[in-house]
Amino acid sequence: MRKSLIMLGLLSALAHPAHAADATQQQLDDLGARIKALEANAQQLREQAAAALAAAQAAKDELDKMKATQANAAVAAVSAPEQSTTSPAGANGNAFNPAISVIMNGLYAYHSKDPDSFARAGFPGGSEPIPRGISLGESEVSLAANIDDKFYGQLTLSYADQGDSAHTSIEEAYIDTMTLPAGLTLRAGRFFSDIGYLNSHHAHTDNFVDRPLVYQALLGDQYGDDGVQLHWLAPTDFYLSLGGELFRGQNYPTAGAGHQGVGAKSAFVHAGGDVGDENSWLGGVSVLKFATRNGSDGFSGDETLYVADGTWKWAPQGNTKDGGVTVRSEFMLDHRDGVVDTLSPAAPPPLVDPFSLAAIELAEPWAGTRRGMYIEGIYRINRSWDTGYRFDRLWAAGSGPYASAFDPLRHSVMLTWRNSEFSLLRLQYSHDELNPNQTDNALYLQYQVSLGAHGAHKF
Amino acid sequence: MNKLLFAFLALAFCAAPAHALNVFACEPEWGALTQELTGDKVTVDVATTALQDVHQIEAKPSLIAKMRRADLVVCSGAELEIGWLPQLIKQSGNPHVGSGPGYFMAATQITTLEKPTQLDRAAGDVHPEGNPHFQLDPNRVLAIANALDARLIELDAANAATYKARLADFTTRWQAAIKRWEAKAAPLKGKKVIVHHMSWVYLEQWLGIEQVGALEPKPGIPPTSAHLSTLIDIAKSQGVFAILRAAYQDPKPGDWLAERTGVPALTLPFTVGGDDKAKDLFGLFDSTIDKLLGAIK
Repeated sequence: MRKSLIMLGLLSALAHPAHAADATQQQLDDLGARIKALEANAQQLREQAAAALAAAQAAKDELDKMKATQANAAVAAVSAPEQSTTSPAGANGNAFNPAISVIMNGLYAYHSKDPDSFARAGFPGGSEPIPRGISLGESEVSLAANIDDKFYGQLTLSYADQGDSAHTSIEEAYIDTMTLPAGLTLRAGRFFSDIGYLNSHHAHTDNFVDRPLVYQALLGDQYGDDGVQLHWLAPTDFYLSLGGELFRGQNYPTAGAGHQGVGAKSAFVHAGGDVGDENSWLGGVSVLKFATRNGSDGFSGDETLYVADGTWKWAPQGNTKDGGVTVRSEFMLDHRDGVVDTLSPAAPPPLVDPFSLAAIELAEPWAGTRRGMYIEGIYRINRSWDTGYRFDRLWAAGSGPYASAFDPLRHSVMLTWRNSEFSLLRLQYSHDELNPNQTDNALYLQYQVSLGAHGAHKF
Repeated sequence: MNKLLFAFLALAFCAAPAHALNVFACEPEWGALTQELTGDKVTVDVATTALQDVHQIEAKPSLIAKMRRADLVVCSGAELEIGWLPQLIKQSGNPHVGSGPGYFMAATQITTLEKPTQLDRAAGDVHPEGNPHFQLDPNRVLAIANALDARLIELDAANAATYKARLADFTTRWQAAIKRWEAKAAPLKGKKVIVHHMSWVYLEQWLGIEQVGALEPKPGIPPTSAHLSTLIDIAKSQGVFAILRAAYQDPKPGDWLAERTGVPALTLPFTVGGDDKAKDLFGLFDSTIDKLLGAIK
């Protein structure tokens, strides 16, 4: 190109040597050609530079890719495989077995007075005292699992000696909904009422060998029955839950499944939260209403039980299993309006001569109020040891067939050693003033273990 | 009564969520990771602190209230939280977090170490799904970050671009940091330690540290003086350079052994918030490696 242009220039110069204008034109053409040549050169250089740049970029990309692969390999090596291989358990029906947990406990009890002769002033009925000597406490087996995407189910069977007979019973058998909106949960079946604090807790989570007196006397350790429960957890920053229950009304303290089999109803509200990292609290008020026919303490009529409960836990750094203090108290007020069958075996002896005319009227009208409370403090020394004190008090009615001028009280101290989360040994001493003439000093030694599925306990 | 009801309802409606998602993180490290990936797009509730033993938390009322509003639960899994997490989910009545997309267990996103071949409580507090203390392996943390980011996008597609961009940014910074840490920690390779609880196997594997003993005779069983005295010889004869414990663990057993052997007892942060430097995930690793290096001088 360049050569031919120069040749062209030479030829034209030779062809018109005489004309000055021709020479100028020649120079112009020459310059134009040189500019074109330079432009072409620059373009070529640009193309070469771009190619070099592209090559550099490619090399850099390759290097990055190599680096990334190396890093990704380290990540991929620890990532779970996309599709996990079928486990052998998946091949048989047992893979869907519910979580099984077993609670066992055994006791040795020394009583200074014969428990068979116990008569708690003003509070007939209630649960039976722990028998003298060596005995097997309540053993329970619990099965729990998600039923499907909407329901959870739990069955707890318990085996216990009652007096001279032994029997297996369905302690709890209920289903819970899991997918109701707005914090609602519905429960149906047989279960322990959510009133108060201890009532819904299984005895194996207690801090003492036996339940507080007020639970023994007014709820027969704990009130459970066939029923339904609606529970609502408020969408608040602190814990606030409200609920209500309807029960058949068959079990102590009620009986007779009144109101056509809906003899008991309850309502409760609980609130709780934290104060810093080291303190937690939970408190609530509950009410339980019964329509009772021929209760085991001889009562027929309406009963309303009010419960107030409070728990405070403090633990260094919030590690409650390694140290700290728990204080808990519950107060109950039991109001009754009805009649007491004075010939009932559990009822106090008739106030009138049974053979007189008045005694034909066996049912004595009674409207009155009884109260009770306990307060306990537990000091967790470390992971293995804790110790605690509990004060129990009952206030009998001032008039009526259960009337008593004496208000029973009890002091208990305990020491617990835990080998692990699954086993414990407990020593407890109780000084129990049952009535003006009867004071029992009791010493208990208890073991308690849990086998199988790891339990997740309520606060 | 009406007033009371009104107050309840007022409270109920005031507590509306301020962000697209509410995340409930069982441990501080997953809270920190969620924060890295989401910035201000989500609200993160962290259930525990670095000074608490996450094996032993109680299903406190405050945690139930937090679980109630959660859209996503991010926990270690592998039964680390078995004593309290199922109870929280159950009591919260929250249908979104019991299973499905709202339930994110880090352990199922990665491979775990120390899966027991035989399950027997006589062996202590064993985890059938393997050792759950994997937050001190940065490669596993990144694998979990990838899976968590995918989960966040699944639950909150509107902010997908943010989550993707933040993961890319985190990955770049994290991979650079891993290189820095590995280079810095090279002198630790082959060094021997005694640990309090089996909390350090992932860190040890990553940095090539060898574990020759544990203060707990079996996982979750508190150290006994009989067992501790058997470690004196091991510490001396094997040339152990440090006794490792987490910020939440009881310092007494480690100090006891340190006194008798001259081997320093090191309190490592273990998770975010475990010491002053461990303010985030990067600080956690910086502090851990600095403290380890400090002991071999």
